[in-house]
Amino acid sequence: MTQSNRLPRGGRIDRSRPLTFQFNGQTYQGFAGDSLASALLANGVDVIGRSFKYSRPRGIVAAGAEEPNAVFQIGATEATQTPNVRATQQELFEGLVSQPTSGWPNLKFDFMGVMGTILGRMLPPGFYYKTFMFPQAAWDTYEKYIRKAAGLGRSPREPDADIYDHLNQHTDVLVVGAGPAGLAAALSAARSGARVILADEQAEMGGSLLDGGDTLDGQPAAKWLKATLEELASYDNVLLLPRSTVNGYHDHNFLTIHERRTDHLSDRAPAGQSRQRLHRVRAQWVVLATGAHERPLVYGNNDLPGCMLASAVSTYINRYAVVPGQRLVLMTTNDNAYRTAFDWQDAGREVVAIVDTRQGAAGAWQAEARRRGIKVLTGHAVIEARGRKHVQGAVVSGLSADGSQALGSDQVLVCDTIATSGGWSPAVHLSCHTGSRPIWDDDVIGFVPGKTVQKQLVAGAVAGHFGLNECLEEGASLGALAATNAGFTAEPAAVPAAETRPETRPMALFCVPHHKRNSRAPKQFVDFQTDVTAAAIELATREGFESIEHVKRYTAMGFGTDQGKLGNINGMAIAAKSLNQTIPQTGTTIFRPNYTPVTFGAIVGRHVDDLFDPKRYTAMHEWHVKHGAKFEDVGQWKRPWYYPKPGETMQQALNRECLATRNSIGILDASTLGKIDIQGKDAREFLGRVYTNAWAKLAVGKCRYGLMCHEDGMVFDDGVTSCLGENHFLMTTTTGGAAGVLEWLELYHQTEWPELEVYMNTVTDHWATMTIAGPNARKLLAELTDDIDLDRDTFKFMDWRQGTVAGVPARVFRISFTGELSYEINVQAHYGLHVWEKLFEHGAKYDLTPYGTETMHILRAEKGFIIAGQDTDGSVHPYDLGMSWAVKEDKPFSFIGKRGMKREDCVRTDRKQLVGLKTLDPGIVLPEGAQAVDDPNQPKPMRMLGHITSSYYSANLKRSIAMGVIRNGHNREGDIVYYPLENGRVVEAEICGTIFLDPKGERQNV
Amino acid sequence: MFYIYCPYCGEHREEEEFHAKGQAHLARPEDPDACSDEEWGNFLYFRSNPRGLYHELWVHAIGCRKFFNIARDTQTYEILETYRIGESPNLSQSTEQLQS
Repeated sequence: MTQSNRLPRGGRIDRSRPLTFQFNGQTYQGFAGDSLASALLANGVDVIGRSFKYSRPRGIVAAGAEEPNAVFQIGATEATQTPNVRATQQELFEGLVSQPTSGWPNLKFDFMGVMGTILGRMLPPGFYYKTFMFPQAAWDTYEKYIRKAAGLGRSPREPDADIYDHLNQHTDVLVVGAGPAGLAAALSAARSGARVILADEQAEMGGSLLDGGDTLDGQPAAKWLKATLEELASYDNVLLLPRSTVNGYHDHNFLTIHERRTDHLSDRAPAGQSRQRLHRVRAQWVVLATGAHERPLVYGNNDLPGCMLASAVSTYINRYAVVPGQRLVLMTTNDNAYRTAFDWQDAGREVVAIVDTRQGAAGAWQAEARRRGIKVLTGHAVIEARGRKHVQGAVVSGLSADGSQALGSDQVLVCDTIATSGGWSPAVHLSCHTGSRPIWDDDVIGFVPGKTVQKQLVAGAVAGHFGLNECLEEGASLGALAATNAGFTAEPAAVPAAETRPETRPMALFCVPHHKRNSRAPKQFVDFQTDVTAAAIELATREGFESIEHVKRYTAMGFGTDQGKLGNINGMAIAAKSLNQTIPQTGTTIFRPNYTPVTFGAIVGRHVDDLFDPKRYTAMHEWHVKHGAKFEDVGQWKRPWYYPKPGETMQQALNRECLATRNSIGILDASTLGKIDIQGKDAREFLGRVYTNAWAKLAVGKCRYGLMCHEDGMVFDDGVTSCLGENHFLMTTTTGGAAGVLEWLELYHQTEWPELEVYMNTVTDHWATMTIAGPNARKLLAELTDDIDLDRDTFKFMDWRQGTVAGVPARVFRISFTGELSYEINVQAHYGLHVWEKLFEHGAKYDLTPYGTETMHILRAEKGFIIAGQDTDGSVHPYDLGMSWAVKEDKPFSFIGKRGMKREDCVRTDRKQLVGLKTLDPGIVLPEGAQAVDDPNQPKPMRMLGHITSSYYSANLKRSIAMGVIRNGHNREGDIVYYPLENGRVVEAEICGTIFLDPKGERQNV
Repeated sequence: MFYIYCPYCGEHREEEEFHAKGQAHLARPEDPDACSDEEWGNFLYFRSNPRGLYHELWVHAIGCRKFFNIARDTQTYEILETYRIGESPNLSQSTEQLQS
């Protein structure tokens, strides 16, 4: 195919670098410097998609971020599929492969197109709500086809092979947009020495200066542009970010910039380069110079390929040397758009007419048009486009002065392109992101940024100041102000003067009336991406939707990936008119981040794979790996779960580990338990306040178990705390609760009891902890220490000793979570592996068996020891657990939790209480979470008594054991309860005490 | 994302370093055992939720680990002042009743 619409010269493209690309299976050629959209237009490709609801053929409308139709799937390979790319913003590269994302099953014959024609009248707004939601079960079927027909692209099925960065930046002045206002602002700020970031979404900086024939100080604007960019680039304090969209404006001047570093080069980033970057910028001051989007005019069949924005037509001609047709009809409400007709004519094509909606429009622009021999029809409008798959004509009619009625008889102008301009809507999006509502300005005929608490200035078209001189001057002065506000001495940069033609007042026109009322006229599209028409908005208001937010949701206006950049203002104005309100009364919906879609890659940056979440390993981790441990995640810790031998099932491994521990000796890596070092002369008093039990008399060398409750009286953590010195304690917490407990301790110390002299810090990672448990524990330890007296009567249960183990300094705690004779050996973390290996060297003769968290759980359950967070859930107090022995009511200070557990609800007798449960069939292990009932035959919903919290098979007891909560359970020992399971089976269990093994605790006291 | 001045560190740091801990100036009753269930319930569960000025407790969790207070506008998310525990805010016109 030839580039039939390409002009022989001009544009900012590089004709020496032709590029080959694919669209919809066809191969085309373009040039370096083309956008995908300009290359398609150059090749005369007009139908690039099908519409969302009615499946009408659609073409390229715009040239920038506001493009609603040319939204493509890009990617030559499965791993590089990228949905949702606007062809107007995608630079062309060699080998680019693109697909339309709408038009299933294909563009030429479209199933929905047929359906759309047939069903056209049957697809009112709210159609999906009205039709597909009932019966609800059928939605799954509908949804599949609706989504397929809707065509919003698809995600890749293979992992993304590229890498993405995050960069945190601090800057004094962030300038958003490198058009004339932004460039002038950056110049002023940069010259003051302030750190400046200038970001622009396009490949080339310059904004509107790239598109037209502006002259500055009598020279082509491109000259000033080049000099300005060179000066900015020469400053060390300036960071220029082209291809970088400022996507989000968040609280306290935090902005995110999505930089596409290699998307213009190829599908995949070149080796060693990150594909995209997300800059996370904290800016002292922000200058928004985001410009404005041209508003299209709304008229019958205005979605036909060939209907375009006037400024977009100029951009394609001047920047890309592409004229998208032969014969142009321009409809405009303002003088500015006359430029498009002049550009078209200068490109050597025919301008059929300029249709100016204003009656009696007469000024410099009209004079110039007449001088050029262009027919100007004032007080007229294009009420309807004619054609099947492309514009073939424009139906022009007279228009009343207020724009409310089509008058007189029609004439049909033969043309293939209808360019329209309804004026310019400031791109207020970023200013809205932190909740500031834009304000309607009658002079601007658009919304401008509203009041904000952000340190933000707005310059140029976004502020409603559209003239080039205004933009340059305002940019220069606000750039200086931003730098001054940020603490620098800044002067507005001198800016060149633009030659401009005076403009007369534009007309506010948001919907061109047809002779028929809107509901009968050819469809007048407002939002192309979601197929919302003027008639649909009017219908929504007639159906009672009065809030613009409701109209938006009911019609889906602005819900597309373009967030209604093109159509929202027209839509709001149409709604306002239909409601007999002014536009300010109706108000506007608000824009949210992100301004344009961002890839997930850029959002997650390097936080993928191994860097997704930190992992914590104990000092003995490598040993566990080498010995075949299966691991479980506990918080960020990797803990050995069990150690299967070759051929063993999990249950077989657990049985072996459990039996070995109780019959000889087992060893557990307990390093992950939280450890908090607490010191100070009031440490003891502090412990008394945060634990439920007594600490006043705990002697040096002793350990004690304690429960922690919140003020509501409910248990949230537990552990053993040891007295290391008169004013020095070591607290242990659950593995997962460590950080939370420390913060909680600090909260009470800092905010309630600052008068207590107490200091605490985490020492979890300082120590490697290994627990040896079983009848042979003392014998093994004796072989590795010669300075700790292990005599059962001097080193008693709940004592600790300092000494040497395997030649290194150690703290040895005689505490037990298994009910066996047990020592917890703590050594400095770096010695951990050494001591662990020494224990195995000497322990071989006792068949020293490593066990993991699962065996630990079984062994503790055999003894009825709770796990906070498993047997408790924030609604369980110590008495519910049967642990009144751990609550010392008569402490002088009203400890945390004491008052809470005395509340009316907490002293009820029918509370759910922790009990043991034995299934009548000893082989059945109840599932954790199973609910108990008294009568399994009662009608549903059954009265539930409580659930199973812990349940295991105990090899030592040769039966299943369980713990659970039961209403009034402490008084129901011996009763039978029933557990109806999901599979219909009912399991009978007897309520018993929680201690299944060695109720007198003799094993740990040997 | 907030940019928070830690009154102990003496500088602005990113929100990621901090945890929000809810309404500020909720003093634990001097004698909990003397509280009625209703009084204790109010202390435990009832919080104000004003539109506008709000005093919040925050902790510089991944920093100096100090708790401090923030006066914040819940509508605009502006942080109007931060101050140490034990200090009084300069701004106190609020629907909430400041307790000590």
